[in-house]
Amino acid sequence: MADQATVFQAADLSIGYRTESGLLPAVRGATFSVHEKECFGVVGESGSGKTTLAMGAINYLSENGEVLGGSSRLRGQEITSLRRFQMRRIWGSRIGMVYQNPSAALNPSLRIGEQLCEVARRHLGLSRRLAGEASREMLARVAMPDPVAIMQRYPHQLSGGMLQRCVIAMAMITRPELLILDEPTTALDVTTQAVVLDLVAQLTKELDSAVLYITHDLAVVSKLCDRVGVMYAGEFFEQAPVRELYHAPLHPYTLGLLGCVPRFDPEGGKHLLASIPGSIPRLDRLPAGCIFAARCPFVQDRCRTSSPPLREVRPGHFSACLRWDELPTAAEYARSTPAVPAHKEERPEVLRAVEIKKSFPPTERLFGSGGRKSMSVRAVDGVTLWVRKGNTLGVVGESGCGKTTLLRVISGLAPGTSGDLLLDGRKLERSVQRRPRKVLKMLQMVFQNPEASLNPRHTAGRAIARPLRLLAGLSRREARGRVSELLQAVNLPLAFSRRLPEELSGGEKQRVAIARAFAASPRIILLDEPLSSLDVSVQASLVNLLCELQERNNVSYLFISHDLAAVQHLSHWIAVMYLGILMEWGDAEDVFAPPFHPYTEALLSAIPVADPDIRQRPIRLEGSVPSAANVPSGCRFHTRCPRKIGRICETETPPWREGRNHHSIYCHIPLEELRRLQADTIARTTKGDG
Amino acid sequence: MLRFITRRLGLVLLTLLISSVLIFLVTQILPGDVARAILGRFATPQALANLREKLGLDRPLLVQYGSWLMHYVQGDWGLSLSTGEPVFPLVTTRLRNSGMLALVAFIMYVPLGIILGLFSALRRTKVFDQVVSITSLAFIGLPEFVTGLVLIAIFAIGLNWLPASSAIRPDSGFIAALPRLILPGITVSLVSLAYITRMTRSSTATVLETDYVRSAYLKGLHPLRVLFTHVLRNSLLPTVTVIAVGIGWLIGGLIVTESLFSYPGLGRLLLFAIQRRALPLLQAITLLLVVVFSLSNLLADILYALLNPRIRYT
Repeated sequence: MADQATVFQAADLSIGYRTESGLLPAVRGATFSVHEKECFGVVGESGSGKTTLAMGAINYLSENGEVLGGSSRLRGQEITSLRRFQMRRIWGSRIGMVYQNPSAALNPSLRIGEQLCEVARRHLGLSRRLAGEASREMLARVAMPDPVAIMQRYPHQLSGGMLQRCVIAMAMITRPELLILDEPTTALDVTTQAVVLDLVAQLTKELDSAVLYITHDLAVVSKLCDRVGVMYAGEFFEQAPVRELYHAPLHPYTLGLLGCVPRFDPEGGKHLLASIPGSIPRLDRLPAGCIFAARCPFVQDRCRTSSPPLREVRPGHFSACLRWDELPTAAEYARSTPAVPAHKEERPEVLRAVEIKKSFPPTERLFGSGGRKSMSVRAVDGVTLWVRKGNTLGVVGESGCGKTTLLRVISGLAPGTSGDLLLDGRKLERSVQRRPRKVLKMLQMVFQNPEASLNPRHTAGRAIARPLRLLAGLSRREARGRVSELLQAVNLPLAFSRRLPEELSGGEKQRVAIARAFAASPRIILLDEPLSSLDVSVQASLVNLLCELQERNNVSYLFISHDLAAVQHLSHWIAVMYLGILMEWGDAEDVFAPPFHPYTEALLSAIPVADPDIRQRPIRLEGSVPSAANVPSGCRFHTRCPRKIGRICETETPPWREGRNHHSIYCHIPLEELRRLQADTIARTTKGDG
Repeated sequence: MLRFITRRLGLVLLTLLISSVLIFLVTQILPGDVARAILGRFATPQALANLREKLGLDRPLLVQYGSWLMHYVQGDWGLSLSTGEPVFPLVTTRLRNSGMLALVAFIMYVPLGIILGLFSALRRTKVFDQVVSITSLAFIGLPEFVTGLVLIAIFAIGLNWLPASSAIRPDSGFIAALPRLILPGITVSLVSLAYITRMTRSSTATVLETDYVRSAYLKGLHPLRVLFTHVLRNSLLPTVTVIAVGIGWLIGGLIVTESLFSYPGLGRLLLFAIQRRALPLLQAITLLLVVVFSLSNLLADILYALLNPRIRYT
């Protein structure tokens, strides 16, 4: 690092927020630097202070925020003491910003061109015409098709991926020395995320910017960053070059975080995830000593009284742990948890869905349709699948693929248009209202957002008791006893039964929702992205919980998610869904090994794997999922397929090609051919290899 | 855009048609016998029958409705039953007067409301905001006959700056009438001002908190440019529609204020028609008010579509 000039440097930076309960020290003594052509990643869960750190470091805080001490320097110039009018010459010019949600970061009522031009005019002093040209050029650089037309568009007319490219263009048009990216891909689909990440990597190298990359996603960091800092409750715990951090972290929190991420590891057997118990301490009640001590598996008595500052313990590697030299490696730590037994034997079917279809009719309107011919939306267009007893079927796909609708059809909340549902071989009514209680009891659901699925006025105990009384027919007294058993089963203290949802954290709420789903002793539980709104450490403990409950109760799961790693970890069977139909279907092991369906292949190559040593062949899907109101002819993936073989893909529907053990792929390309083409889609490079 | 407006116009016409049926039915059928209503309890059967024939009340309902609507559309609104003068010029003069009062009030409260709301939003943690907020709440709560009387007591009786009565000659010009328009104008303004202020404040405060305003600041733009190009365009959207919808109320809804100040506007004429059971007059005014309200709603829709790129052509 010595040969690279330092672009940005924060030294002992502390930031606080004034609140009614006093001054909250949101960031304490943060020190980091970003060098030329370098990408420095800041990783942390929600509440870690990573965004506050970035905003404070560039002297942009809300009215109640304040830099309490320390300094931040841009090319040696101290900026935290600068006034607003002075900062205005730096923001947008020497420092560029890209935000989490591109559709919120762009003004909805201004054309894209105007939003880009105003930066060029303000900082580059260009005329309106020249600014337009500069904007066009920049849009072309971020690989936008037809920049001239894009500039005339309003943000709502573009997709999320295109918007984020516009925001990146806006941030880069002045060729800033420092580019700050705050969770730039969190709101995007995986295939879009991959394209945006490629773009960021390429542009920053071309334009010589230093990058500060803020995220909760360890996998993204491992693909993009050169060095990484791990933050927790406002402090840096560790800073290291990316490869060192992933293989030999020198702080238990980093170790814990890495353990929380399901590893993409086809060979090593499945283990429970190494979750981090407890929760982040409150900023107004920080404990003495190491603030992580209460959750640390390696804690010693001395940790509770003293904590060392972040210091260089090995060349270029900083840690704030007393026991940094006594920790296991990441791989050892991941294997230290109990193994999950693999169920190889054929089990009886619990649920079978046959040719499920669900379409939504076009909206009717008075006085003409406004010139557009609306079509009915075929959200689910003929899906056949089955779930085996005590097994998990994972359904993956990007947003808009119809996976949530599929789940709602099966649950009966949105009765299907056609197709049959069989539970234990008996036909199910399509609509939930017409299903007898006995059936309702057997089929339960956990929703994505526990905030919305728990009644805010019902205590946790009442929420869990409801299905017990209603479906299982228990008396009040029996139900009370069972509630405490269930709370115990989901690792919540008994006292929580009296709490209202607002008194629970997100993870605790989801545990209550899971307890409620288990209350009626169901045969199968439908899980609708139950983890996606939660932090990684909370996700890990819920994944473990779901695994344990499944072992104990022999219940089946139908789990839908866009997170391939979580699906792989939890599922025995996997279905890959695209535009209303399945593209691939099979045993988890078979789906994650060649031959892949080209769409599965693209997903696997797009999803960052939390391991800097795994090289994924860059297969990028352009464009977004076509509308389900206007499904492409032939193979419906042909418009984006990188392996399209010709006219046949556009005109004829592909055959289902079946491999071993029901593994099926919906493609015109023969399985052998696919296997040959895809041998190196995902490969482990040797360690130390650049 | 054209298609959007055509469709909205179609909806307006449908609204008007349905309203005309309702107005016709309510005024023609519900109060019982029209002829008796006009001639009084002691009218002879012969006189009633004569009047019915004269008014065409003996014809089938559908025919009556059809002929009423045809005449209405052509501007033949009949004669007033109580005074015998033609209804059409009477109503249109009053409409003009109501328009003058509306204009005066509009000029007073719209700019002021927007400015007050904007400043409250920009100073939303400061005392200024709280003062504006509490005052505007108070004015929303106070009925016009209270604020109007207070204004008369202070400015007309106490200070003697302005006339207490606004009983202008129905055909007097705008400039001549202006001094008599100010007090009722202020009375009307106070309520609307409070609404506009609160609306502007809340939508501006919301917009100021958005990510795109943050990103505008972090582009290094001047605060005034952020305010004018990034904030106002979005935050004034709801306000503009509230203002446009309010025009209908300004023209046709000022019964209390017009009565209080004896101002010859539509509202007072409506009250007169109700009290005197002047049915053709009542029908004419009511349908006219439906037109006015529909058009102001249409205006609000069109303005919203013009200003908001997301809603266009839908």
